Amino acid sequence: MDLRKFVAPALAALLLAGTMALAGCSAEEPASEAEPTAEGAAEELEGSITVQGSDTLLNVATAWSESFMDENPGVDISVQGGGSGTGIAALINGTVDFANSSRGIKDEEIAEAEGKGMDIVEHSVAIDGIAVVVNPANGVSNLSLDELGRIFRGEVTNWKDVGGADAEIVLLSRDSSSGTYEYFKEAVVGEDFEYAASAKLLPSNQAIAGEVTANEAGIGYIGLGYITPDVKVVAVDDVVATVETAADGTYPISRYLYMYSDGEPEGVMAAYLDWILGAEGQQLVEDEGFVPLP
Amino acid sequence: MRTPPSDGARRLGRTTTRRAAEAVVRAIIHVCGWLAIVILAAIAIFLAWNSVRAFGEAGLGTMLSGTAWYPTSDPGKFGMLPLILGSLFVTGVALAVSVPVGVAAAVFISEFSGPGVKDVMKSIIEFMAAVPSVVYGLIGVAVVIPLVKDVFALNSGMTALTGGIVLGVMSLPTVISISEDALHAVPFDLRQGSAALGNTRWQTTFKVTVPAAGSGIFAAVMLGLGRAIGETMAVLMLTGNAAVMPTTVLESVRTMTGTIAAEMGEVVQGGLHYSVLFAVGLVLFAITFTINLAADLVLERQRKRWRR
Repeated sequence: MDLRKFVAPALAALLLAGTMALAGCSAEEPASEAEPTAEGAAEELEGSITVQGSDTLLNVATAWSESFMDENPGVDISVQGGGSGTGIAALINGTVDFANSSRGIKDEEIAEAEGKGMDIVEHSVAIDGIAVVVNPANGVSNLSLDELGRIFRGEVTNWKDVGGADAEIVLLSRDSSSGTYEYFKEAVVGEDFEYAASAKLLPSNQAIAGEVTANEAGIGYIGLGYITPDVKVVAVDDVVATVETAADGTYPISRYLYMYSDGEPEGVMAAYLDWILGAEGQQLVEDEGFVPLP
Repeated sequence: MRTPPSDGARRLGRTTTRRAAEAVVRAIIHVCGWLAIVILAAIAIFLAWNSVRAFGEAGLGTMLSGTAWYPTSDPGKFGMLPLILGSLFVTGVALAVSVPVGVAAAVFISEFSGPGVKDVMKSIIEFMAAVPSVVYGLIGVAVVIPLVKDVFALNSGMTALTGGIVLGVMSLPTVISISEDALHAVPFDLRQGSAALGNTRWQTTFKVTVPAAGSGIFAAVMLGLGRAIGETMAVLMLTGNAAVMPTTVLESVRTMTGTIAAEMGEVVQGGLHYSVLFAVGLVLFAITFTINLAADLVLERQRKRWRR
């Protein structure tokens, strides 16, 4: 579904080349004992890990697995997309080790897992900052969270009511199934309200960025990594969405991305998770346009 | 000394082998024939089985008449009417595009083009059918969305019209090929008879050949309709997917296929929303099944007519 899937292999290859180059240049790493030259390294990791889930996390998860396998040739990691629900269902069915999810696990899913005697453990692995974007020709450069809520609920329908030109607002949202849609609803639209029915639901971040670029009256929300020079980022409550403001919590619209496992991870899974949460894993998070954990 | 087998015995031997081979082939063909029916029935049962929870908790009547589609709210609202209307609006536009163009193209290919042109055109039309729908979607995003926005001075080009135009183009190969087959099947005697009565070629075509192929052309239209209503990727990219009750084709619509494709990956598997998506699939299946059945019955009528 997501067009990024096609770009993912190319990006992964680029990243791989990038990390190789970095590894060649960087002088001292904490894990320098585990250099490829040390043939008989004491604790060479071995095993295989399967990961499935969120398409939002797919690129960064692929980058993690490529880099980690590069450093640990004995480890085999397979990453699949398909959506958060697909990943969590696969975890509950016991077909994968980790489920990637761009939404918190639902009570229904926890109940099902408990019914099978599983103990689902949540791991926050990255932060996704969500930027509100408009066409560069739009005069509006700041909106309060309250104004945004009224715009997306359909209570404000003309740009002139929020300090812009006299033009009808074209609402662009992610699709109702996306974790981002649900998060934005909680954070901006309000739990007890609905998005305006006229909001167009687009299947991907790129589709929203593309339509905002083409449509002078459009407003939408996209992940920080998808901001292009052709869209204008609107400050929310006077805070511009950047990696820094999302990381320190001053930017109000950001959420965690998760990995779920059955019980606390052990062995090679624990090593992988620690590596993801460590400096290298979080650097890849930033490279992929998400926000590293503080 | 060996006695050569008599002619009669040899012939008998061959016949026996042939009979055995025939029996095996006949059995295989029987199984294949039934397999298609079994698969179709299995799909229907599978959809219905997975929809049971939706029928129980959301209610079929409530879903079919509901006008609000907010599946991820708490509690979810599963009104399918905007989706059904969305599919119908897009399909209607697609038919308005594909029927006149497709039938006219079929008439040209069958009745007025020389053999060389005919072969080239048929190959090109087959190639059109082979272009992936996501490519049509991309072209729609780049060309048709801005065009519709400018021509109708709308605030957004993501409308039922946009999706319908692209779907119409996508269902052209179906409409053209089957209409052309129907025209081709009209006995040559009819054309000659018409010419003998002093009709011109145009008069023969429009007063004799096209009416004679009428039911075949109707079947072509129905199959084109089936193609359009079932298409997913292009409409997902082009129609804006807002689940509103549409009043004109210049509004954004959300189709049944687009809804299933966009939401299936993220839902709680086995949950109510999951089950409702299967119910949407069941409604869609019922609609396409009816359309195909109707087209088949009409085609059968035409076949019978020429058999007499």
